[in-house]
Amino acid sequence: MSAVLAERRVVLPARSHLDWLESEAIYILREVAGQCQNPVLLFSGGKDSAVLLRLAEKAFRPGGFPFPLMHIDTGHNFPEVIAFRNRRAAELGERLIVRSVEDSIKRGSVRLRSETDSRNAAQSVTLLEAIGEFGFDAAIGGARRDEEKARAKERLFSFRDEFGQWDPRSQRPELWNLYNARVHAGEHVRVFPISNWTELDVWQYIGRETIDLPPIYYAHRRPVVRRRGLLVPVTPLTPPRAGETVEELSVRFRTVGDVSCTCPVASSAASVEQIVAETIDATLTERGATRMDDQTSEASMERRKREGYF
Amino acid sequence: MSLLGEIERSQVVDRGVLRFVTAGSVDDGKSTLIGRLLYDSRAIQQDQLAALERASVRRGIGEIDLSLLTDGLEAEREQGITIDVAYRYFATPRRKFIIADAPGHEQYTRNMATGASTADAAVLLVDVRKRLVEQTRRHLLLARLLGVRHAIVFANKMDLVGYSQAIFEAVRDEIVAFAAPLAFATFDVLPGSALRGDMVVERGAHLGWFDGPTLLERLESLDSSAEEAASAPLRFPVQLVSRPQAATARSYLGRIESGVIARGDEVQVFPGGRRTRVRALAVQGAPREVAAAGDSVSVALADDIDIARGDLIVDPQIAPREARALEATLVWLDMEPLRPGGRYLVQHATRRTLGRIRTVTSRRDVHTLGECPAEGAVAANDIVRVQLALQAPLYVDRYEAVRATGAFILIDEATNRTVAAGMVQ
Repeated sequence: MSAVLAERRVVLPARSHLDWLESEAIYILREVAGQCQNPVLLFSGGKDSAVLLRLAEKAFRPGGFPFPLMHIDTGHNFPEVIAFRNRRAAELGERLIVRSVEDSIKRGSVRLRSETDSRNAAQSVTLLEAIGEFGFDAAIGGARRDEEKARAKERLFSFRDEFGQWDPRSQRPELWNLYNARVHAGEHVRVFPISNWTELDVWQYIGRETIDLPPIYYAHRRPVVRRRGLLVPVTPLTPPRAGETVEELSVRFRTVGDVSCTCPVASSAASVEQIVAETIDATLTERGATRMDDQTSEASMERRKREGYF
Repeated sequence: MSLLGEIERSQVVDRGVLRFVTAGSVDDGKSTLIGRLLYDSRAIQQDQLAALERASVRRGIGEIDLSLLTDGLEAEREQGITIDVAYRYFATPRRKFIIADAPGHEQYTRNMATGASTADAAVLLVDVRKRLVEQTRRHLLLARLLGVRHAIVFANKMDLVGYSQAIFEAVRDEIVAFAAPLAFATFDVLPGSALRGDMVVERGAHLGWFDGPTLLERLESLDSSAEEAASAPLRFPVQLVSRPQAATARSYLGRIESGVIARGDEVQVFPGGRRTRVRALAVQGAPREVAAAGDSVSVALADDIDIARGDLIVDPQIAPREARALEATLVWLDMEPLRPGGRYLVQHATRRTLGRIRTVTSRRDVHTLGECPAEGAVAANDIVRVQLALQAPLYVDRYEAVRATGAFILIDEATNRTVAAGMVQ
């Protein structure tokens, strides 16, 4: 015991809720590295996975990451996000694997009704193919329990069978911080280090850590149409329909995914501080405001997850 | 370090995170209480409310039913029950809260144990008209068994008894008498109405005679387990060894589970028991002089000794016990019953070894937690005492003394399922 400690009171630095969340996420990332043979971190270029990368730096630097990064590319991207993805991976000096839904379509494992159909759900097929191709036994993702109610019951280490399926009725019990990542060949676990974070926590952390993001997360002017209460961005893939009026509004994206199903919100928040303030006042959840795919039924996320979706 | 009674944290507005488990039967209004906490603290947003209205109308409920907010899975909605622990979040300027919502129906022991294992506090509901029912006793006992230090009982539905002080006090006295021997660090009984919002976040207009804090005020003021664990002896299980280049010294990565560690401290490493000093310390990537329970750290030691994942770095003055066999309480979790004499993987902190269940010495009645003879198969939701032989030693504490080094799980090697939660006696 050090003399200093024996004689004086120990004054510990305060631990904010962000410190707590950060420490938990680092612990989880290190458990993946300690327990799994061949993990991968899913990096889409979105804000949640950008947070994961910062957490991985804190967990493993000055060493390299004990896993490559992987993006499942739907082919329907915002170009700013792909540019950010490539730049960020290069800055970190970590290996980036890209597998695309386009290739799954060519192989015939994904069949879409039309070229402009959302490829969001099809990502699951490509993801499972990539997990099989590389033999990954763990895939780390940035999903959060507050996003959607099927996620509220998901484990931090979530077991997937050889078909990549999530069975909510036979999840492994998760007690204390004793995570069980054991799998047989062909099975894997999905690991969610920021499960316990809310959208507000994520933005507060981005602010505290000055984490770089694709510019479309901040307010910018963009042509949109109003459809079913959402602002739908006008792109070559998502042209206006007959009778719709194109408006140019100041918007920002709260989530970023496949172009064909991700919508921005009206906003003039151009800085993290302004976004934090807006998030505190937000009257719609992240997915409710921005995702067409989640509005189809009360259980659409749960169904996609059962089929191997994130 | 553990001998130091006085550990202080710098005073700040943001006290970090408090986790609590809630339990109670549907009828007690637990879901309504959670809905009320989320609603009044503004964690519920418009589209969730709209979905709630749609669901309330579809199921023929007149006003918005806050309890539907906590509905999760499709199967659960169809059956109108909850199957699994769900996690919910809300925050005040003082604290972020994580609720583990443990359903009261089937699997209650397994779910309550899961929720309680990481909880700083338990919030239990009683229907003030029904007083202390068996389920509440069981939940209190389970919370205590799992080492939850703070319990708050919310005496709900005060609106249905005319906010009567006499009725509340009768219920409170009964509950306090039952809980006294359990020796919770905090034990409070509050009157209120989740449905009307009395004494949850707001005080309401009907309970002027009650001068205690609201439920939320009470939750904001409790010490978290990590804050309390800082005064226990140092336990630092090594998750990984980092050596970026052959030329650089090794550092050990992991989270401090209890106690405090400072640069210059003498520490002891198990297995082996070698002593050395802390040469450098970083918390979450940044150099620091001192770190405490709850911090994810990187530690460099003065001597180059062989340390691997699973090793335990401790306070040499209060070392853990080297155990080749364990006397433990198990909460059985798996659908497949315990195999007497069977072999299971034992996961303890960051170490795994093999264990064999030598004997089931007794069974604990889930209603009273009293000991009774170990007869019959041990099935899911049973609580038993066992003797466990270990293939390689583990370095353990009594669960009561240090949660992180007193807890373990059993994993079935064939199915890889987590089959039991264990606590060292």
